[in-house]
Amino acid sequence: MSATEGPDAVFRSALANNEIVLPRCEDCGQYHFFPRVLCPHCHGTSISWHPASGRGRVHTTTVVRQKPEQGGDYNVCIVELEEGVRMMSRVEGIAPGDVAIDLAVTAFVGEAEGAPAVLFRPAEA
Amino acid sequence: MTSHLRGKAAIVGTGHAGFGEAPGLTSYDIMAQSALAALADAGLKLSDVDGLFCTMMEDSMPALMAAEYLGIRPRFLDGTMTGGSSFVNYLTSATMALEAGLCDVALIAYGSNQRTASGKLVTASRPPAHEAPYNPRYPISAYAMAAARHMHQYGTTRAQLADVAVAARAWAQHNPEAFQRGPLSREDVLGARMVGDPLTVRDCCLVTDGGGAIVLARADRARDFPKAPVYVLGSAAESSHRQISQMKDFTVTAARESGKRAFAAAGVSPSDIQVVELYDAFTINTILFLEDLGFCAKGEGGAFVEGGRIAPGGVLPVNTNGGGLSCVHPGMYGIFTVIEAARQIRGDAPGLQLDDIHLALAHGNGGVLSSQVTAILGSQDTL
Ligand SMILES: [Zn+2]
Repeated sequence: MSATEGPDAVFRSALANNEIVLPRCEDCGQYHFFPRVLCPHCHGTSISWHPASGRGRVHTTTVVRQKPEQGGDYNVCIVELEEGVRMMSRVEGIAPGDVAIDLAVTAFVGEAEGAPAVLFRPAEA
Repeated sequence: MTSHLRGKAAIVGTGHAGFGEAPGLTSYDIMAQSALAALADAGLKLSDVDGLFCTMMEDSMPALMAAEYLGIRPRFLDGTMTGGSSFVNYLTSATMALEAGLCDVALIAYGSNQRTASGKLVTASRPPAHEAPYNPRYPISAYAMAAARHMHQYGTTRAQLADVAVAARAWAQHNPEAFQRGPLSREDVLGARMVGDPLTVRDCCLVTDGGGAIVLARADRARDFPKAPVYVLGSAAESSHRQISQMKDFTVTAARESGKRAFAAAGVSPSDIQVVELYDAFTINTILFLEDLGFCAKGEGGAFVEGGRIAPGGVLPVNTNGGGLSCVHPGMYGIFTVIEAARQIRGDAPGLQLDDIHLALAHGNGGVLSSQVTAILGSQDTL
């Protein structure tokens, strides 16, 4: 990654290469998301990047109801990753209403609104 | 120890305009009509106003636009934008500015024409960069996910959520100013169109036009106005996040801290409060805020509101004007919690006027459960 890339660009460049990376603070050892120039936990500024485990659980979820002619219902949820960070996303591969709190999920790089994005599918048992 | 600002400023006028539908008017027109109504209530003129506290959904400098529209040159201006909580938050800055002599007549004002302009809920809660690609429907999706988590952790039911809307409607049915006054049952709410699971359209606030305004003066001259003064006994704020994905615990809001500090500043406790006005953008809000403000324990909010316990004749009067769910919701509702609380204390509430009210709580919420502001208001007897 280039030295001129800001935190958000680092995250998005990785996504464009089909990789999910997460920022971790070198001072307190905790991960955070969204990417930023400081650690929101201890306010340290030594941030390093690490491949995400991809393992997570649905923390909470909803179905956005929409008429079929406008694209139909879809899932919006908050996933908590094993690293302790949360992100908004959606679970694909099951009906939006079947996405349940605590469902184990696996991350993958898919596409949302025409750009690479972190999406999830139910974890293999 | 109570705050040294306790009772240093008083509400001496309230006003509103454009409730429901105000075709042909801009948001600033409605804001200005509300301001004129509040000033008339206080026996004052626009030219008396030297402190303006205002934000709108329009423009990047709405407070400047409002001052220009009103034809005033305020020497103190606060346009802090924390969403719907902004107008409760202004009680703090207005009290400080009045007490410091930075202004003598403080005007808080708001207006919106969202219903006739777009028919949609206009919101300041636009999804940020890391949420937008997933197309959450803002703000509903955020509140739906808080409701889902509360149901999961505490066994709160959709019927209990529905009872919040039913209670709000029961109050609204007595209020000629309320936009929705038809009958509403628990079954009506549960059977309504689902918009963001677990919330139906009846779990969501109205989309109306409307504006509100409040005039405040220093306590030393608060009794020189036509209406009985309503004192700001305590007000406090806390913000916890901006994006819903950053909310630490989806079942606990910063109202826990804002409430605690507002009560301490006023020197009263939840059991002293006679009437409660909460920003009920969605039915889950009322449950969360009753818990976080200390009216019941965490997780017991569902049982607390069940079966008419916050409706007329219940154990605690909550949202006595019908709230954002049934009275009025022009994008940002916060100012109406203060107006209804003040009118209950003055004894001129538009709907059901409760007997002998001296202490009321008004609570504003902004963003997606992001900004919480609590105010305790009291009559002359509470000083
Ligand atoms: Zn750190």
